[in-house]
Amino acid sequence: MDVEKFYYDNQIVKQFIIATVVFGIVGMLVGLIIAIQLYFPELNLGLQYTTFGRIRPLHTNAVIFAFVGNMIFAGVYYSLQRLCKARMWSDFLSKFHFWGWQLIIVAAAISLPLGITTSKEYAELEWPIDIAIAIVWLAFGLNMMMTIIKRREKHMYVAIWFYIATFVTVTILHVVNSIEVPVSFLKSYPVYAGVQDALVQWWYGHNAVAFFLTTPYLGLMYYFLPKAANRPIYSYRLSILHFWALIFIYIWAGPHHLLYSALPDWAQSLGTVFSVMLIAPSWGGMLNGLLTLRGAWDKVRDNPILKFMVVAVTAYGMATFEGPMLSLKNVNAISHFTDWTIAHVHVGALGWNGFLTFGILYWLVPKLWNTELYSKKMANLHFWLGTLGIVFYVIPMWTSGITQSLMWKQFTPLGTLQYPNFLETTLQIIPMYMMRSFGGLLYLSGVILMVFNLVKTAKEGTLIKNEAAEAPSLILDADKIKKGMIHRWLEKRPVKFTLLSTIVILIGGLVEFIPTFLVKSNIPTIASVKPYTPLELQGRDIYIREGCVSCHSQLVRPFRSETERYGEYSKAGEFVYDHPFLWGSKRTGPDLAREGGKYSNLWQYLHLEDPRSMSPGSIMPSFSWLTKQNLDTSTTAKKISVMRSIGVPYEKDYEKFANDDLMKQAKTIADDLIKNGIDTDPNKEIIALIAYLQRLGTDIKVNNFAEKNN
Amino acid sequence: MFNNYLTSIEGVSIYPVISLVLFFVIFSVIVIWALKLDKKYINKMESLPLENKKNIETKNESN
Repeated sequence: MDVEKFYYDNQIVKQFIIATVVFGIVGMLVGLIIAIQLYFPELNLGLQYTTFGRIRPLHTNAVIFAFVGNMIFAGVYYSLQRLCKARMWSDFLSKFHFWGWQLIIVAAAISLPLGITTSKEYAELEWPIDIAIAIVWLAFGLNMMMTIIKRREKHMYVAIWFYIATFVTVTILHVVNSIEVPVSFLKSYPVYAGVQDALVQWWYGHNAVAFFLTTPYLGLMYYFLPKAANRPIYSYRLSILHFWALIFIYIWAGPHHLLYSALPDWAQSLGTVFSVMLIAPSWGGMLNGLLTLRGAWDKVRDNPILKFMVVAVTAYGMATFEGPMLSLKNVNAISHFTDWTIAHVHVGALGWNGFLTFGILYWLVPKLWNTELYSKKMANLHFWLGTLGIVFYVIPMWTSGITQSLMWKQFTPLGTLQYPNFLETTLQIIPMYMMRSFGGLLYLSGVILMVFNLVKTAKEGTLIKNEAAEAPSLILDADKIKKGMIHRWLEKRPVKFTLLSTIVILIGGLVEFIPTFLVKSNIPTIASVKPYTPLELQGRDIYIREGCVSCHSQLVRPFRSETERYGEYSKAGEFVYDHPFLWGSKRTGPDLAREGGKYSNLWQYLHLEDPRSMSPGSIMPSFSWLTKQNLDTSTTAKKISVMRSIGVPYEKDYEKFANDDLMKQAKTIADDLIKNGIDTDPNKEIIALIAYLQRLGTDIKVNNFAEKNN
Repeated sequence: MFNNYLTSIEGVSIYPVISLVLFFVIFSVIVIWALKLDKKYINKMESLPLENKKNIETKNESN
């Protein structure tokens, strides 16, 4: 048997580590800024580019795809090479993947503050960037799969299964959710509308959590936790169970983001049931991680790396228990649209993703640079700063979420809303927002401390760019499927394994989609619902650009407390022309589904220009630039024809005179404003936005609303 | 309200049943798999990530 000599590529791991910490700090800093903006809106410095609605997606994208994403790649490139006893298959692809990914992040950092967004959560990036993501992701996948095929180790360790599932599923999620028709180089409309768009978006959104924030990190846990503790994983049998059950069930759970919405009831129930079932594999994984340390808990006492990992795995367990609880309809009725959701995702992001990242970095950097950690004391301090940061973040958010929700639902003995003014419920939770930002500050300072510690560590050692290793070449013996050997047979055949895991994740997706897409009567048409006028369509795109959906939902749930506050509850048929849907998932401000006609044009104008002039104490930023910027009407014709191509029934050749209609409607609104002493003209962006706001929910306020079902 | 959707899909009640059966079958198969794996193989798999140190002087490990 020949022993082959080869070299591990450590350079690529180093590059991804640097990207992780740099973008981690950027992402968290933006998070801190938006957290402070929620009680100090002036922190946008009066600029449109730094306003909450635009930089909230910057924060989420930076943390998910730049911070966690780069750590996934660093961890995969390190562990995969060693588990396969092979260098990455192609150095070129490794480099292409690294630089491509960083370019995408830079493109996101530039385009999001400019208001270039699709508005779909965690998929905000516009179509050219979507294509780039697909190409770079496939390059990563190809490099990974070829490395696995060319491996010198016969068996595929459990971490690799998680990496494969991640690659396959993220590819499918990204492609299906990004099917959009371009209007211009930086603007597109999704082919899905309304309820269907919501379903696809949350099938994607939930599984972004599942297959970007969870499965790759579980892979990292299965590799780095045993390494750090220097003992094997507690139960390999459990890890097999964990893997298959997790990837099979996770896919189905998306609709739990849409409970009590206009989504068909059976789809909602499906989401709930599978979310509850998810507890089993998730907790299996958590116990597998924690029990790995059985008999070694004394090590945890003085090893900061293990401390981070224990808290990370515990946070994973907490978040995966809380998630299913939040997907129970009775709990969701209270939690949805509130800060409870924010608390939940941050248990995951700060606790699970953040702490596992830190643990791995403290272990990996000394290894790569062939030295000892510069300061254990500092790492311990970081641990406590981080832990306190999480506590100060999550507890105020839980409190704030439940407080606000109960205030929304409170009735007086006479049967009227106790807090009819939404603003009262906002002012109540301002102290919680302050505390949360303090938590974020603690957490971020811990990260900065870590960077200092790691830089010092690296300076003391030297990086071995190409680490020498030897292993016998692998000659796969063609073993037949023997009884009880099926899984071993699978493991030796990465391509078959990949196909099987693909089938497993497709099952859940298909069962969700097929009924909603194929059955036309799933979406009852409401006769009075009409497409948007050209001006409203332009206004809607301004609404999307400014990220209004970050704070305002457009979905009234069928509760007395909501119909009382906002009006008629939302029906599926109302959204058939909404490309994209704008239901939102958080109510920092009131719901806008029934906004049309509630206030005068004058009120809307003054409120957008300076929210506090109309609602003293409001935390909404001022959108004064909308009163100065002129609407770009050159896009109207193209928008109309793209909308028609994806099923919105505009008349033939309507684009030829769409702008005439637009000007007519703009003039009506502008004249009304001028009459009331406002100095404006029909060309301003704010006119289009007001037109859109005044349209919202008015279609079914027409009394003769009839459902054609059959 | 939602009855409209439910009745308008032909035989929608089959969906939850299919889901349950699928899940139950797949889960059972995996449990049986996992339990049937032989101990020697499992020990080898568990120690995979920890083997790296020995890599350099690896002798050919025949399985």
